[in-house]
Amino acid sequence: MSHHLVRLEDVHFDYPDGTPALQGVSFELHHGESVGLVGANGAGKSTLLLHLAGVLFPSSGMVRVGDWPVTPETLSHVRRSLGLVFQDPDDQLFMPTVADDVAFGPLNLGLPDDEVEARVSGALQRVGAAALRSRPPYRLSGGEKRAAAIASVLAMSPDILVMDEPSAGLDPAARRRLIGLLRSFEHTKIVATHDLDLVLDVCARIVVLREGRVAADGPTASIFGDASLLGACHLEKPLRLQGCPRCGE
Amino acid sequence: MRADGITAALSHLGRLDELAGANTPIGRVDPRAKLVTTLAFLVTVASYGRHELSALLPLAAYPIFLLALGDVPLRPILWRLALVSPFAVLVGTFEPLLDRQPLGALGPVVLTAGWLSFASILLRFALSVSAALLLVATTGLDAVAAALAWFRVPKVLVVQLLFLYRYLFVLSEEVARALRAHALRSPSHPRPRMRVAGSMLGQILLRTLDRAQRIHAAMLCRGFDGHVRLGRSLHAGSSDAAFMAGWCAFFGVCRLVDIPRVLGVALFGAGR
Repeated sequence: MSHHLVRLEDVHFDYPDGTPALQGVSFELHHGESVGLVGANGAGKSTLLLHLAGVLFPSSGMVRVGDWPVTPETLSHVRRSLGLVFQDPDDQLFMPTVADDVAFGPLNLGLPDDEVEARVSGALQRVGAAALRSRPPYRLSGGEKRAAAIASVLAMSPDILVMDEPSAGLDPAARRRLIGLLRSFEHTKIVATHDLDLVLDVCARIVVLREGRVAADGPTASIFGDASLLGACHLEKPLRLQGCPRCGE
Repeated sequence: MRADGITAALSHLGRLDELAGANTPIGRVDPRAKLVTTLAFLVTVASYGRHELSALLPLAAYPIFLLALGDVPLRPILWRLALVSPFAVLVGTFEPLLDRQPLGALGPVVLTAGWLSFASILLRFALSVSAALLLVATTGLDAVAAALAWFRVPKVLVVQLLFLYRYLFVLSEEVARALRAHALRSPSHPRPRMRVAGSMLGQILLRTLDRAQRIHAAMLCRGFDGHVRLGRSLHAGSSDAAFMAGWCAFFGVCRLVDIPRVLGVALFGAGR
């Protein structure tokens, strides 16, 4: 296996109406890394994630996941090693019950029934959702839907976990549980989010996108310490790193 | 419909399917046995002549059996039956007007063939719709879909059925939200006018298409290859076969023998 788990080389992508979304994005991800992908609305975060999973393909440049370049021919290999959790769990939970949904991926991998069952139980237990297995997804709360959506990806045993806005719409307690869950995963992780406090808790490295380009790439502490960079990219320090609103310290 | 009405209707919609989780004697019967038996029931009910009424009555035993042994509450079934009853009433309403041939008299009231046919239509409607509702309430739509797939019903249709049911809730919520947003900014005309309704429907359609694309992408990301594999193992035993055979035999007897008439003759003599 290659040393780099994910590699993007000068990736360009324009939407069908001609709007440029990615304009030469390059970075590499190593085994076990946890990377926060941050940037303003429309900076290209979600588009970039769709390139990693081979839902979109670059108009020029290359994306590699593990040993495979992401092309229409290699998709089955790429999608075995990379799991994408979508922003809206309602897009991801399409089967009649939570257990059916979590089993969807393993069944498509052609695994035997007992292995599918083991994976479903394991993934649901991992996210603390074992009690939800026979519930229909439309009856779940926002936090439960998120947990089920993560379980549906974990059941495929991916090496890389990619998440789009995982904390969007969660109440503080559900968000805190999610952070604990993400910290417990040994997977290589890419988390696209506006929740900079979550990034501070979960990610050691940050890639900042700005208008389809990488504006900065470095350790979390140094990126969040650069006020002018954050301002230029429509970001701000995580609340915990900001001064106390009362005493200013 | 107003946004609040849609929200209320939504909360009722999933209720039937939720009943299916209960562990009851009927809930434990194999979904395929229940599906075949219910189909046989529907065919039997549909096969009666338009003036048959009393001969249909014994068939009510099947929905009553499902209701009682499936531990299904009567109210949600009756509510849904009432909801769709206007269709049957509309179909049957011309019968008394068109077919005025007198059949007999109950005191001063002359019973015409049209009224008999109207009653027969309503009874057949009540029997078939309640049996279909009880099938879902005691089995669950997902298990019905698994049974359909087992009987080699084209996968496309089965998946359509599942997705229609799954996204009915999401899409209805989207419509409810759009209507609510409209009502809040249009206090004097809470219902959208034709021109606004057109563009609103267009927006909802575009959003639906977007969602469909996202769902498809989510499916592809988890290895979707055109086949949805329902991970349900169906186990049929001798009790399931007995359930199916017993009821089908009963339907056959009902169809061949007019049980109420036979009983009437046996109890009260041949009459006139």
